[in-house]
Amino acid sequence: MAEQTAVAPKPRPNWLKPLERPLVVLGELSLFAGQSVMAIARRPYRVGLLMVQLEFMAYGSMFVVGLTGLFTGMVLALQTVYAFGLFNAQSLVGATVEISLARELAPIFTCIVLVARVGSAAATELGTMRVTEQIDALETMAVDPLNYLVVPRIVSAAVAAPLLTMLFNAIALFGAYGIAVWAKDLSPGTFLNRIQTLVEVKDITNGLGKASVIGFVVTMIACYRGYRAEGGARGVGIATTQAVVGGLVAIFAIDYIYTAISLSGPQQPGGGLGG
Amino acid sequence: MSPPPAPDPAIDVQNLHKSFAGFPVLTGINLKMMEGTTTVVLGASGSGKTVLMKHIMGLFKPDEGQVIVDGENVSTMSRQDLAVFRERMGMVFQSSALFDSMTVGDNVAFPLREHNSSGLSEKEILEKVKEKLAVVDLHDVEQKFPAELSGGMRKRVGLARAIIRDPKIVLYDEPTTGLDPLTTESVDEMIIHARERLSVTSVVISHDIGSAFHIADRIAVINEGRIVEEGTPEEVRNTKEPFTQHFLATWFGRT
Repeated sequence: MAEQTAVAPKPRPNWLKPLERPLVVLGELSLFAGQSVMAIARRPYRVGLLMVQLEFMAYGSMFVVGLTGLFTGMVLALQTVYAFGLFNAQSLVGATVEISLARELAPIFTCIVLVARVGSAAATELGTMRVTEQIDALETMAVDPLNYLVVPRIVSAAVAAPLLTMLFNAIALFGAYGIAVWAKDLSPGTFLNRIQTLVEVKDITNGLGKASVIGFVVTMIACYRGYRAEGGARGVGIATTQAVVGGLVAIFAIDYIYTAISLSGPQQPGGGLGG
Repeated sequence: MSPPPAPDPAIDVQNLHKSFAGFPVLTGINLKMMEGTTTVVLGASGSGKTVLMKHIMGLFKPDEGQVIVDGENVSTMSRQDLAVFRERMGMVFQSSALFDSMTVGDNVAFPLREHNSSGLSEKEILEKVKEKLAVVDLHDVEQKFPAELSGGMRKRVGLARAIIRDPKIVLYDEPTTGLDPLTTESVDEMIIHARERLSVTSVVISHDIGSAFHIADRIAVINEGRIVEEGTPEEVRNTKEPFTQHFLATWFGRT
């Protein structure tokens, strides 16, 4: 009798219910990420597959990243010339544009492009391989699917994202220069000189580091979604949507965390306006 | 005079239980499969056939019970041990599961290139691919992509890939599902030939009764996660077990 009346599992409180699913996903994602990171160190090292992914992610994204960068630089110059014109500070346009680009816009916009192009492709490809049993087939042939499919993608993203961000930086600055100097008649000397005095190397490296971390994480999310896809074509579609949406949210969340951490150290203003 | 001891089974499934999200799929499977024989596990969709097969491959871990293959407990193996163990296994998937980004030749060569422990040269690999494709009666298809082949041909390529490392056991997951009668016939022949030419132990998961009675040495009927009947085709044909009678009547006609 005692056994029958004893322990019924405690029902979860109501406020926990909406949190349940996200927590489960976060837990699974963390496990998946942990296993994938460990798989990076495991032999065999798949250099060939990494090169294929690099070609797709880095080389294949150059055009769209360049185009996005060109327009971003142009519009940023337009807005900054207008806003700084309000208090006669046009001489600072170049430096302001480049600091915004290097620290924030270039890594974030590049990663948005990566999520759209690379994240969706990774989720679709892995999802299709999952539902057509190709991932099972890899396992039955004693090939670790994490090592074979996920590692080349996440490593390649961590390398490709900063490279593309640097390209974005360069092209966006060119676009900004074009608008500021040729369309808005700013002096090229002022534009460039202030960049040299005010923009520091660490502004750029900070942005590149951020791009690398974000590229790595969003590709990891995409691989996780694809890897766990189930239920045919519909399931692959859902996985791809979740990969892109989750990736976009992750970009901004990591952006904040990374920036907060990188700015928390002692700040030493560099060049400054003096002299 | 005591009878000679029975030989150890190639595959020994003992009291296998498995649930997914609280829903029981396998509820105590006991099944032995002898070396060099073809066993067909026959059952309706959703009876747990594929889940059973994935346990034999070590893709799933049982909730309870164990699977002994070739004297080794698959259920408790580590990742490294499983990798070595799977060299002795080949699996032919329902959807063939060929890598669509690779040619047929690369697909068949894939397990060899991944685990080239004997240090085969590229030329030897290509020869081996040709040889295994010939075993399944395919010629000059190495340069084609899987999408260019018919369903039956894809199954054959899937088998060629499964046997490229000379496994002792080959598992077939619903090999004849969705194929027309003539292709079904040719896939049946393929399975029989593979057993004759390579003397492998074959396990076939199927709901195709005609095909099962054509190729099987032994048939096991699975229903609601349990083996309800097991024996030679003749024994199963004359069973008194109600589910098996009902299931077979759909093919042989009611008596």
